[in-house]
Amino acid sequence: MATARLPRVGVVKLASCDGCQLTLLDLEDELVAIGQRFDLVEFPEATSRRSMGPFDVLLVEGSVSTPEQAEQIVDLRAQTKLLVTIGACATAGGIQALRNWSNEPEWRASVYPRPEEIESLATSTPVAEHVTVDAELRGCPIDPHQLLELLTALRVGRRPQLPDEAVCAECKRLGRICVLVASGTACLGPVTQVGCGALCPAYLRGCYACFGPRDAANTTSLATWLGGERSGVEVDRLFAGFTGYAPAFREASRRAVEVMQPAARRRRTKSKAT
Amino acid sequence: MHSGEPQDGDLHFEVGQLTRVEGEGSLDLRVAADGTVAAQLRIFEAPRYFERLVVGRTPDEVIDIVARICGICPVAYQMSAVHAFEHLFEVEIDPAVRLLRRLLYCGEWIESHALHIFLLHAPDFLGYPSALEMAHDHLELVSRGLSMKKLGNRIVAIVGARAIHPLSVRVGGFSRAPRAQELDELRSPLETAIIDAEATVKWAASLDTPPSDREPRLVSLRHPREYPMNDGRIVSSDGIDLSPDDWGSAFHEVQVPWSHALQASAADGVPYLLGPTARVALAADQLHPRAAAALKATRISPEALRRNVFHSIVTRAVELLHALAEAADIVATYAPPARPAAAWKPKAGVAAWATEAPRGLLFHRYTLDAKGIVRGAQIVPPTSQNQAAIEHDLALFAPAVLHLPHDEATRRMEQLIRSYDPCISCATHFLQLKIEHDR
Repeated sequence: MATARLPRVGVVKLASCDGCQLTLLDLEDELVAIGQRFDLVEFPEATSRRSMGPFDVLLVEGSVSTPEQAEQIVDLRAQTKLLVTIGACATAGGIQALRNWSNEPEWRASVYPRPEEIESLATSTPVAEHVTVDAELRGCPIDPHQLLELLTALRVGRRPQLPDEAVCAECKRLGRICVLVASGTACLGPVTQVGCGALCPAYLRGCYACFGPRDAANTTSLATWLGGERSGVEVDRLFAGFTGYAPAFREASRRAVEVMQPAARRRRTKSKAT
Repeated sequence: MHSGEPQDGDLHFEVGQLTRVEGEGSLDLRVAADGTVAAQLRIFEAPRYFERLVVGRTPDEVIDIVARICGICPVAYQMSAVHAFEHLFEVEIDPAVRLLRRLLYCGEWIESHALHIFLLHAPDFLGYPSALEMAHDHLELVSRGLSMKKLGNRIVAIVGARAIHPLSVRVGGFSRAPRAQELDELRSPLETAIIDAEATVKWAASLDTPPSDREPRLVSLRHPREYPMNDGRIVSSDGIDLSPDDWGSAFHEVQVPWSHALQASAADGVPYLLGPTARVALAADQLHPRAAAALKATRISPEALRRNVFHSIVTRAVELLHALAEAADIVATYAPPARPAAAWKPKAGVAAWATEAPRGLLFHRYTLDAKGIVRGAQIVPPTSQNQAAIEHDLALFAPAVLHLPHDEATRRMEQLIRSYDPCISCATHFLQLKIEHDR
């Protein structure tokens, strides 16, 4: 081991399920080596060592959903050289961002008998809406290979190689039967960023967009096409999922509800895209 | 036990965020002038409103959504939900599907128990801040734990496509069932892991355990023929015996001002304990023969296992072995179902079910309309049920360690809290230790 100082790494969470930081512990074959090449100074789920920073690298899981988290992320950013968001919550607001369309106090009251004792923001938002983010790993959960690629790149000081094509491209390369074409299953593969290994079609179901919209995704076209066989409400539910608050999916949901729903009876009628 | 607002004369003692647990929480301890200790487990994990998120969704969408309550035990959420829906819809499940679901759940138990034993809990017993530091001196131990954890994840990934938030569970069965050959790769690693798990039970039993004595009320599922997992009645060590449909007749949820997690409580207010210790006590006769033999060889009496909270690392190791041995049995005889999923028709009504998450009984209850769309939900995770028992046991244990230096007292109490493997992400999430005591 060189005498050079190891990069100080923190792993923290906001509103989330812990699954993305667990992905680090799920690198079972590499975990001990990672511990030798990085100084994990803050990772409350895994170690009792604590640090307030500074961090060379900070992996942030979860969305900003409480007033405290909104302050916390600003403080953490100030302590951090490279801030990396990991997972659908941190990069797109997560499934809990569904409340962004709703009346949050009513939701809170529906779950808690004394809602006034719960500290929560009306919205769940991605970290990038609050502070500058240097890199992101998408996914619900993130992919272990992409995490390893990121860590390797950080260690050697190069840019991580992360694909930005559609799930469809990988699915075709893997020679899988297209569930959308062959069985009419609703699949968001054409508009979703690759990263999982096109798992859903391999397990004979449609992609449900864990990795969020790919760059320049034509969601309007897909939503219109899917709407040929489905009501606007059903199309809305497809897009309003784990990355539903990402702008391209938000727009597809809006179209499904506002444009397609009134025309739901005119099935198979091609509607003009705006 | 909870004496409300702090009184004059109480001493306040605060410790930072509790670590090596899933999620975010803290603990408040208050020692009153008369020496009585009050403990409050504060959970301030940000609420995510899952019970509201599932409203307006189809059963299959709900199965995907509730997995996201917890990255460590997503299968548990999927299993309680899918069985609840199938129970309401009266779907006949293929026996091969039933076995495959047990295999999937075994994978999660293996992954979750190995994570907790080796990465979260063992550092307490051996005196390290984390498993990474522990690996400097105990590389073989850490490697053994990681290899079992990896195998658990591999099982979940073969059946469910990926280790975290698997995606093949559907109402009626699976979107796709693996071919028999796909499970073959598990055979040899399972044999190795079973031997490793036997060694783990022996090792866990040899650990130096702090003294602790309590008489917990235990609750778990009970099935006539199998170790509790996906199916059964809810039973307790003091005579509760009811169908999950009737959960509400014996238990309810209450909101306490110090927590973002609703606490579940028995109708009579007596705290109860869920998880490996409860299951091993209430279903000892149903343990896999290899797990039963390993447990017997520890020479720890059932009474000591139940009464000393720190022995939970032993019961968790016994279940790790059980899950590996049962997984090996399923893999050895597996033949795919004729169809991966049975057909089903939606129906209006109440869908209630409970399964055994790694941390204990997980109860779900949904109301559905005639189209099968969810209109209401109640999800009661094991940690919100264990919360009252944790507080009770902490209040009992604290006097023995409060005289110790602050750091040492904190370490001991954190060790006790970790004994329950609290999953605060589930309950909502976060632990910080605050102690108040009389000077």
